Amino acid sequence: MGTLSGVLAEAATPDLFHARMQMAFSLGWHIVVACFGVGFPALVLFAEWRSYRRADTAMFGLAHTWAKAMGVLFAVGAVSGTILSFEMGMLWPGLMARFGDIYGFPFTLEGFAFFIEAIFVGVYLYGWSRLSPRAHLLSGLPMIVSGVAGAFFVVSANGWMNTPTGFQIRDGQIVDTDPWAAMFNPSTAAQSVHMIIAAVMVTGFGVASVYAVGMLRGRRDRYHRIGLLLPLTVAAVATPVQIAVGDWLANVVADHQPVKLAAMEGLYHSGTGVPLALGGIYLDDRLVGAIELPYGLSLLLHHDPNGFVPGLDQVPPQLRPPVNVVHLSYNAMVGIGFALLALAAWLGWVWWRRRDIPRSPWFLRAVAVSGVAAVVALEAGWVTTEVGRQPWIVYQIQLTRDAVSTAPGLRYGFYLVLAVYLMLTVMTGYVLRKLAGTRGAPLAPQEPEQQRQAGRVS
Amino acid sequence: MAEAVLAFMWVGLTAYALFGGADFGAGFWDLLAGGTERGRPPRRLIEHSIGPVWEANHVWLIFVLVVLWTSFPAAFAAVASTLYIPLTLAALGMIARGAAFAFRHSVDQLALQRFFGASFAFSSVTTPFFLGTIAGAVGSGRVPPGIAAGHVLTSWLNPTSILGGVIAVGTCAYLAAVYLCADAQLHDDSALLEYFRRRGIVTAALVGVVALGGIAVLRADAPHLFAGLSTRGLPLVLVSAAAGISSIVLLARRRLGLARVAAALAVTAVLWGWAVAQYPYLLHPGLTVQAAAAPEATLRAMLISLVVGAALLVPSLVFLFTLFQREHDTATHPAQEPF
Repeated sequence: MGTLSGVLAEAATPDLFHARMQMAFSLGWHIVVACFGVGFPALVLFAEWRSYRRADTAMFGLAHTWAKAMGVLFAVGAVSGTILSFEMGMLWPGLMARFGDIYGFPFTLEGFAFFIEAIFVGVYLYGWSRLSPRAHLLSGLPMIVSGVAGAFFVVSANGWMNTPTGFQIRDGQIVDTDPWAAMFNPSTAAQSVHMIIAAVMVTGFGVASVYAVGMLRGRRDRYHRIGLLLPLTVAAVATPVQIAVGDWLANVVADHQPVKLAAMEGLYHSGTGVPLALGGIYLDDRLVGAIELPYGLSLLLHHDPNGFVPGLDQVPPQLRPPVNVVHLSYNAMVGIGFALLALAAWLGWVWWRRRDIPRSPWFLRAVAVSGVAAVVALEAGWVTTEVGRQPWIVYQIQLTRDAVSTAPGLRYGFYLVLAVYLMLTVMTGYVLRKLAGTRGAPLAPQEPEQQRQAGRVS
Repeated sequence: MAEAVLAFMWVGLTAYALFGGADFGAGFWDLLAGGTERGRPPRRLIEHSIGPVWEANHVWLIFVLVVLWTSFPAAFAAVASTLYIPLTLAALGMIARGAAFAFRHSVDQLALQRFFGASFAFSSVTTPFFLGTIAGAVGSGRVPPGIAAGHVLTSWLNPTSILGGVIAVGTCAYLAAVYLCADAQLHDDSALLEYFRRRGIVTAALVGVVALGGIAVLRADAPHLFAGLSTRGLPLVLVSAAAGISSIVLLARRRLGLARVAAALAVTAVLWGWAVAQYPYLLHPGLTVQAAAAPEATLRAMLISLVVGAALLVPSLVFLFTLFQREHDTATHPAQEPF
């Protein structure tokens, strides 16, 4: 009991570090599985549709295996998303109490989108033998729509934290609340498109990498080839689009969150003719060891070599985010994005010349790591936007430390969450590995009958 | 307008209790189903019944949360920050439960299936318990408005909260047993029907006894709630008692469909009785519905989205439940399920 009273005595000294770590950890975990909730349904449906059209058993087997993997990922996504909604109030009651009625609205819409997705995931996964092939395919369409819509709503709420709109503050009181204006804040469009395409890339590269590993181990049959080619093609098409959208988003950040942009670029001195700095460590208000492309940043942001770019010197030190974290994760995201673009170009070139995937084992090796790389890029991008907003939880309106809960003992909740998530990670990885090795062999009750595979395909 | 949004939220909470609660209860019966061999038939029925629907049922909780924090942000912040311990435990229980359920039928080794089965079943009991303690904390007026203003332990470790936890677990088990007997009937499995029918009658009686004892607990520990329940809330309390007793009679007479309705009515009446008894307070005695309500523009947007959302949601839910509640049309789509 000695420790317990000690813990309770901590009250009123907010535990910002552990609250931020818990949020970062549980959200950073959820964002990966959430991507599959957005990207997987379309892939699964496409495979199922093609398998009917072409009486393609390999495609049908893939549709099955993917459906099961989607089911597992959706389940862990559903429950790992629930704790996030608790954490909004458990960790950040100051944010919710003050602004819940302004920016909570898109979460309500996301609640409906998620509801529809959960319903039709249930129908799809368990409906193989209860619906005709056509009805089964149609039952999958709402999953796609609601998955994408859900991502839009959630990201619009996050966009609001970056560029808060839809209210006025008069004498410390919030007035003129407009939840629609809050939802359609200046960051919503670019951020949500960036996120949705990221989800497609994570799904595509992620699924393809599984089959690349299989092919490297000598399994070069049609099942593995399609398992690699179909998701990889989707991801390869998405990658150049994502880079263009990324440029759009960087310009939105430059317009509305110049301090975040300065941190992303490691730029201290405001000025014109600013070079683009790649890599390097930010020390004593300057970047050490960075590669500099002259006039690069001014050109990117203003299409003018002498364009003015504000630096971190515009705000006092306590209102700057931790520059190295933001700069390096931003560079990591962009670097991986271009590496994935090179991989996509390689595939595109060889496909155009020979209607085949590149024969080099290096191609398969590259695809095999592309899934992990896409996830790293996703996390790095998310760190960029979240840490880059610090010390604000609502940009230039509310500080993160003013939003955190003052309840004692928050850190123990964090340790507990960490332990449970480590288990969850190990188990999810194990189950997915098993699924990858099964080739649609029946394990689960949500199975179509064997007859269909044998006779009803055509 | 605030009351209208609150009513929508309470409909969501009721749906969560009736559907999500029954899924928790199914896990309760999974836990008590006995060894691998003996427990196989009931476990199989449970898995078959909740598999397609549990995720959708779970979303009712998210729905309640998002409506609460958007429409009554001060109440949400107060509840979540003071009660973060039972909320964390409930959330981790939900994670363990959902993940284990999904994993259980994706692995083929018996040891792992047992481990996941045990996680699923155990967390199906702890989660409603913690949610019940939260209801008890709010009902007994132990969550003051403000951030983490209540005691982080005694707010949910007190007689009313323990009562709430026990009743929540019992109610889930009761609903699940009643629903599962009708599911067993659908599959023409008379042994399982009897199995769950017996359990339904016993749990109904037990929950009834606990609820009677609870009257004394509320009177001593939550006098304002007791006062509300014995005046304005009394008709609903009586409806609940009558529906609970009828469900026992209906189960005894094997009128399973009607027993389902009666059981659902009993639970619904208790929840609405609580709401009526506590009105106009969201958090007794410091925060009224009006004081906590979001500005007009937000409430209006919420009402619009709730109506439009319901128009999309209700048909989808009906489709989901009818698809998995009707027997297979074996002529067109032959089944391979064990039933």
